[in-house]
Amino acid sequence: MSLDNAKILEKDQLEGFLEGLLKDNIVFGPTSKGDLLLFDRVESANGISLGRGNTMNSAKDVLFPQTERLFAYRHGEAGVEIDGPSAVKKGFILFGVRPCDARGLILLDKVFGEPLQDPYYGEKRARTVIISMACETPDPKCFCLAIGGGPCSAEGSDLLFLDLGDQYLVKAGSPKGMDLLKNTVFKKANKEVLARADVVEKEAEESMNQAGMGRVGIGETIEKRLEALFNDPIWDDITESCLGCGICTYLCPTCHCFDILDEAGQSAGERIRIWDSCQFPLFTHQASGVNPRPSVKERFRQRIMHKLCYLPQNGNLPGCVGCGRCVTECPVNLDIREVIQKISAREAE
Amino acid sequence: MENPYIPFLMRIEDVILETEDRKIKTFVLAFVNEEDRKSFVYVPGQFAEISVFGKGEAPFGMASTPTRPEYLEFSVSTIGVVTGALHNLGKGDIVGVRGPLGNGYPLETFQGKNLLLIGGGFGFSTLRSLTNYILHGPNRTAFGGVTVVYGARKPGLLLYRTDLEAWKERSDISLHLTVDQEADGWKGHVGLVPNVTRSIAPSPKNTFAVVCGPPVMMKYTLPVLKDLGFQDEDILFSLEMRMKCGIGKCGRCNMGSKYVCTDGPVFSQSELTRLTGEAHF
Repeated sequence: MSLDNAKILEKDQLEGFLEGLLKDNIVFGPTSKGDLLLFDRVESANGISLGRGNTMNSAKDVLFPQTERLFAYRHGEAGVEIDGPSAVKKGFILFGVRPCDARGLILLDKVFGEPLQDPYYGEKRARTVIISMACETPDPKCFCLAIGGGPCSAEGSDLLFLDLGDQYLVKAGSPKGMDLLKNTVFKKANKEVLARADVVEKEAEESMNQAGMGRVGIGETIEKRLEALFNDPIWDDITESCLGCGICTYLCPTCHCFDILDEAGQSAGERIRIWDSCQFPLFTHQASGVNPRPSVKERFRQRIMHKLCYLPQNGNLPGCVGCGRCVTECPVNLDIREVIQKISAREAE
Repeated sequence: MENPYIPFLMRIEDVILETEDRKIKTFVLAFVNEEDRKSFVYVPGQFAEISVFGKGEAPFGMASTPTRPEYLEFSVSTIGVVTGALHNLGKGDIVGVRGPLGNGYPLETFQGKNLLLIGGGFGFSTLRSLTNYILHGPNRTAFGGVTVVYGARKPGLLLYRTDLEAWKERSDISLHLTVDQEADGWKGHVGLVPNVTRSIAPSPKNTFAVVCGPPVMMKYTLPVLKDLGFQDEDILFSLEMRMKCGIGKCGRCNMGSKYVCTDGPVFSQSELTRLTGEAHF
């Protein structure tokens, strides 16, 4: 970390900074809805709820909403008329994103951006600024460190806030972030502050290493293991308790599969896209009746293979950022960390 | 930014009832806008998403040939919501089309080669496109011998009768039609496509085999081709998976690390053997 790309924000300045952002932008952040902490639109600075761990849903939902209108159509006099998406001008600020979820967006940028740009994701992404909050005290369910990220990593963020007690150290993770740091609300940092930040970061990482599974060998090692174990009976054991409910995919900050369907009225309607899940039998059920993934076993395996084998094989980040949502929300406690460990142990036999 | 999700409009010019069970119709579509016709440049083996507005969209391989660019043809079996709705449409009705999508058959690689085209059921549609492309005027000289094996359960389920009759009249294509069982007046082969392929024993020399049909047909045709001496890289399959977006985003049609919609639908057997993933047929 250098003094060039890091500044200080006093905590009593945060509200003013946020109100400034709210003036010209649409701001999303962690916000309390009953007992839930959701990542959702906020209308005022005090609508943002900080210090409560990660949100139930991730920032993905802003750029890739659960349902999204692709276009509207109308059966008119001149045949069918199609209305494309309408342009929105305001910027999006994603505030209080956790480093795992910010890293997830790096993957989504590539999936939706290459080789062909998805216009709906791309248009929103182009006017989005990501301001993340580091995890100084990571939750026991979290394992970002084990999967290549870090609780205080600025990867994927334009700005990253690190809580130092009465002030934040604010790091720029991108050229966009460097520009934002020019705001006079940010004060110059010094070496003493950077040293304090280093301690906080180290402690955060250390607490994860103690609580979790340490660094598992992902990347090429697990890719190869998964390929070799594709037809291994280990999958029967791993998937035996899976209900196929799909909650893991719905809450995942990198899952991006969708369905396209028409919502029709008498003479007009809309084509929408809506999240879908590889955990559902109809996902790959062909009209002919053939289904290459007929049971929970194949579908669960597909989720793991896609995330940890196929995506990396295609030059992407892994499709798991260690946020732990699927770990805590799975109704039968099927834990992806244990799956990875079982796969690793199997190869060692 | 170009929007690949928005279809352009086509008008149904004609509907041809193909089979005696009335389940397969070929839709002949004309471009509503001239600029769409100009930009729709495709090769046999590619596909498009067809919209029935209000019902949704589904992918179909082009049964037409790019050598007749004014119309697109799609053969549709009535089986689900979109195909059922399509079958209820008629001349003059408007549908949406997105495409062309997918890789298509490698025409450059086929130059100067013999081709063995093996199709079954309505999986024959893109092979019909390929055959008509090859037989079109001066194109024919760019390719070696052409052998077509095409099977259906019974004679009344064979598609593209007019084309088949025309091909029979030509000396520069060897056509082998087959049905599963003997039938009154049937003069072609009797037997399953893999068996007929074995019996006519085409030489693998300088030859590409191109296979498109139901999964079970492809499954049993592969060992026959291997026995005949075809190398994996000279055996091509056109595959199907359930698809939605057609542009590699929606995550549905993967076979291992490849998407059928963008990396395929045409794969060589050597590509398929390198893939980890569910069996494709």
